[in-house]
Amino acid sequence: MQVRRVGEHALLVECADLDEVRATYADLRVRADELGAVDVVPAARSVLLDGLDDPGVALQRLRDWTAAPTAAPESGPQIKIPTRYDGPDLDEVARQWGTDAAGVVRIHQQCEFVVAFCGFAPGFAYCAGLPAGLEVARRAEPRPRVPAGAVALAGGFTSVYPSASPGGWQLIGTTTLRVWREGSDSPALLAPGTRVRFVDA
Amino acid sequence: MPETTLHVLDAGVLTTVQDLGRPGHAHLGVPRSGALDRAALQLANRLVGNPEGSAGLETTVNGVRFRVDHGCRLAVTGALCPVRVDGREAPWGASVSVPASALVDVGTAYAGLRSYVGFAGGIEVEPVLGSRSTDLLSGLGPAPLAAGDLLGIGGPVGDPVPVEAVPPSARSVIRLDLGPRDDWFTPGSLATLSGSTYTVGAASNRIGLRLTGTPLERSRPGELPTEPMVLGAVQVPPNGHPVVFLADHPTTGGYPVIGVVRGADLAICAQARPGDRLTFQVPG
Repeated sequence: MQVRRVGEHALLVECADLDEVRATYADLRVRADELGAVDVVPAARSVLLDGLDDPGVALQRLRDWTAAPTAAPESGPQIKIPTRYDGPDLDEVARQWGTDAAGVVRIHQQCEFVVAFCGFAPGFAYCAGLPAGLEVARRAEPRPRVPAGAVALAGGFTSVYPSASPGGWQLIGTTTLRVWREGSDSPALLAPGTRVRFVDA
Repeated sequence: MPETTLHVLDAGVLTTVQDLGRPGHAHLGVPRSGALDRAALQLANRLVGNPEGSAGLETTVNGVRFRVDHGCRLAVTGALCPVRVDGREAPWGASVSVPASALVDVGTAYAGLRSYVGFAGGIEVEPVLGSRSTDLLSGLGPAPLAAGDLLGIGGPVGDPVPVEAVPPSARSVIRLDLGPRDDWFTPGSLATLSGSTYTVGAASNRIGLRLTGTPLERSRPGELPTEPMVLGAVQVPPNGHPVVFLADHPTTGGYPVIGVVRGADLAICAQARPGDRLTFQVPG
């Protein structure tokens, strides 16, 4: 596992794949205080430790460390997202997957997703877990406004738009579940490590 | 219950409420935000006897005008600018006692871009995730100020600290440490980066400082898997023109980061105006 320095206060731990990111993130989050990190941030192939007073000290502590492989995906909390499959891109996703709209719904509901990382907007969760080979191409023209609660697909991920924003993901449905609750102490319903299933509204 | 209410008369190009931001939530996609010139806000707070992280105002180029209903104490720091209280000149970089109903005019900066106004007691807007900062990327925190807005100011909490305020230097060299993705660039580009001069673009904002100059060439094609981003990261999009990530930067990004600007030099980035020229230096 390679660790790269990022400026004066951060380290980037590189991972082979999303499974390794998940295990690394779970482990480093528990050890954040010990390592002196203010932020522990997962992404697609890496986990960032930020806000370190002395990255050299943290680097020393990480030297002989490998993420515990025991951090199983079934250990995170599970959220069920009631979804109406009424998105404008349902047929486009069906075309990309070589099925029909009902087939898209079936596949989407059969997957158990895990939030791999957040980004793009507060509470915007990249939920991994689509079967291999079912990556979804983004829209050629992003929409200027996607409403909050839109259930969407892009690449190997599904997500729920936490607030209205521009967006290039393919929209397959909507949920009334609020995934971003401003004013709450834990405002993001879909934090990294959360297991997610989509069910009929 | 606020001690004083500030009535905004003119917010200039852009005036926002800023404290030291909301670090610790990046894993939820929440930018850190906070004052771009942190030292300037901290100084303004010390001058009026506040904890360093109290919320104040961050102006852009042409200042802010407001009236206070009760008397208060304030200090203007950051970009050097004229300060007037009821038309009378008041000192920049010092604690100023403002009488009830006074009109305060923080004027256009002589040099630099962002002035800070600290108020004894701090600005009392509702915090979001522990911070009162306006985040222009995500929309968290209070909206940018507009004429007619009312802002509460708390009661003084400590004694003003007599410190000497020094206007931002005209330094234009910003030091950066290479990595984490310097290996995505040609040796030639890495060699020219140190000592190269770039011009600050007009599209620069609280999210990033957009620079134009000698394009930085990649040594490898393809895309970088989405990666977490830090404050001061110098991200290089395919056009080769670097962007320095400032406080409202996105928490993740897909372009390689060639280096990270040192914390001490972020104030230079915060005070750089469109058209200014900045030189990168990679310390040995």
